[in-house]
Amino acid sequence: MLPNLQLLDADLLERILLEAFTLIWQRGVTVQSPEARDLLAAAGAQVEKEIVRIPELLARSSIESVPREFQLHNRAGEPVVKYGGDSVQFDPGSSCVHILDPETLQHRLTQSVDLVRLVQVAEMLPQYAAQSTAVVCNEVPKEIGDLYRLFLVLWYSNKPIVTGAFSPHSAPAMIELLVADSGSHDALRQKPRAIFDVCPSPPLYMSEFAAQNLIDLARAWVPAEIISMPLSGAAAPVTLAGTVVQHAAECISAITIHQLAQPGAPVVWGGAPAIFDMRSGITPMGAIETVMLNLASAQVAKSFGLPTHGYLIGSDAKCLDAQAGQESGIAAIMGALGGINMISGAGMLDSLACHSVEKLVLDAESIAMAQRLLQGIQPRTESLALEMFTKAGAQGDFLKIPETRKYFRAEQHLPSKVIDRGSLHSWEQSGKRDTFTRAREQVKELVAAHKRPAISPLVENNLRFIVTDHAKRAGMTELPGI
Amino acid sequence: MQYELFQQMKQAVIDGDPDRARELCQAAIVQGICPLDAIQHGFVPGINFVGQQFEAGEMFLPDLVLAGEAMKAATSALEPEIQKTGAARESLGKVVLGTVKGDIHEIGKTLVGTMLTANGFEVFDLGVDVPFETFALKAKEIHADIIGVSALLTTTMTGQKDVVEAVARLGLRPRVKIIVGGAPVTQSWADEIGADGYGKDALASVALARNLLKKPGETQVR
Repeated sequence: MLPNLQLLDADLLERILLEAFTLIWQRGVTVQSPEARDLLAAAGAQVEKEIVRIPELLARSSIESVPREFQLHNRAGEPVVKYGGDSVQFDPGSSCVHILDPETLQHRLTQSVDLVRLVQVAEMLPQYAAQSTAVVCNEVPKEIGDLYRLFLVLWYSNKPIVTGAFSPHSAPAMIELLVADSGSHDALRQKPRAIFDVCPSPPLYMSEFAAQNLIDLARAWVPAEIISMPLSGAAAPVTLAGTVVQHAAECISAITIHQLAQPGAPVVWGGAPAIFDMRSGITPMGAIETVMLNLASAQVAKSFGLPTHGYLIGSDAKCLDAQAGQESGIAAIMGALGGINMISGAGMLDSLACHSVEKLVLDAESIAMAQRLLQGIQPRTESLALEMFTKAGAQGDFLKIPETRKYFRAEQHLPSKVIDRGSLHSWEQSGKRDTFTRAREQVKELVAAHKRPAISPLVENNLRFIVTDHAKRAGMTELPGI
Repeated sequence: MQYELFQQMKQAVIDGDPDRARELCQAAIVQGICPLDAIQHGFVPGINFVGQQFEAGEMFLPDLVLAGEAMKAATSALEPEIQKTGAARESLGKVVLGTVKGDIHEIGKTLVGTMLTANGFEVFDLGVDVPFETFALKAKEIHADIIGVSALLTTTMTGQKDVVEAVARLGLRPRVKIIVGGAPVTQSWADEIGADGYGKDALASVALARNLLKKPGETQVR
């Protein structure tokens, strides 16, 4: 029996949906893209300047046409990420501008080499079902920053990728890169490798780029993930229930645009809802209320049977301290209990501004605990205990019986060396190393052990050709990170 | 009597009550109190108190925002009277403010505007989603001393760098100072992009602006 945590009772869920549909009809949504407005108007929405009022019937029929599940594939074409149902998967957080330098402990600007290290480590950790375009490569010109990140991840990884475009010009180039990686448009459509995050701006505002991006992705049949990010009390109602209403309204309007562009194209109800800290003005990703918003939003999506996404496991701590472990660990467990299909955010510090490869390693341990929890307690043997008692004899020496050896790996998650379960003596002997120090050593080992995937020379040439072309036009003379 | 009214004005700002602030402005006008005195000795102490309490962690952003609303209500209620009497507030300097392109968050930027205005700066608020060049062009047009650029998102804070560059292209540097703020922004980020200063909150922006515009020999303001 899988645990399933639901924060909304049936009555509250119904009221949330009622208000979400009321909001997109009575107040309306700002849609900056003329093409998106035309699509909406043709389907029966009322358009007045940039405000679009979406009737509930239209929204519901759009939700109806969304596929209830779909998969992302690895380089070998195997379906390794499942969106839909109660499957739970994790990927590192995206788009940080800083990285925690493991030697100086400074938060410094990220570069291509940092992305490469993050990708290498995430590749080696089975807890991460997918990669993400985790950081901005600051030495790469902004106009091709999104394309270049995707290129580096494709270059170093076999896993599926959670990514996103920064501008309307780059989305087609990124899709071109994915087509080259898959071999053809058809292959990409049949076995998508990447999903694109698209962010509405809170409250209820679809920028020209976001709306256009949804249309382009839908028409290319490239999966899209809506990242609605209401901030309770600042860019959303202060109440958690009110924030979930807004999140639902933003997701529903984005899905409507997406499905009008191409009914049946894959899209995910996702986001990074968070509270707003009334003292610092930041968005505390480690707050329990932020976790609750993610759980409740996923529950709303599940009431329609839609695939889900959430932003959790990021911490507001500035280094790998107790706060980072506490916030991220709790969020990993809670997100898993909520059955959120893709949980982004591992590795992140400083309220999503800073990435840390070491934290990625530590978070993998929290995720492993969550994954173990989801496996639940199973009756693996015919008699639960009686037979083992018989075999263990009067002494009760369970270490000696074959069942112990047979089942302990399935029953117990065996943590990496980041988690210290050794004796006090051995801890003292090894120099009293703390979590961060152990994580730093683990990172070095993982990076050293990582091998670049075997990519066919044809695909490799095509990837390099596309990126070189764009890089030259952006004024770059070399390709950093490869 | 006047003292009592000023105390009530201060309290109206602390309570974040725009309606009460407007009422008190009317009372001041009826009593023939100089409108500049009402602002300076009535309302400004209120907003400064809230700012200090916020900095001390005793008050929170909603308190600060509503105090700003009360402050704005008071200044606009007194504006016609100020015009009539021909009095003018001494200006400490002109500040162009805005939230950078791609970002529609205005709370932080508006609070900075409120605090700067309350403390004697002339503020030109360009609003949100402001193109990089617009900051520079407005600064040139009004002979601004300072440009303040806000960004709430890690994805938009890079735009602050573009503003610094746009201002340099118009040849306004280093005369026009650039200050940056917003949740993800730090002093080291400000240094990296060549901005002149960073304020961690709205109150800090006042000291920052004063320090940037002080003449040689004047002492630093905290």
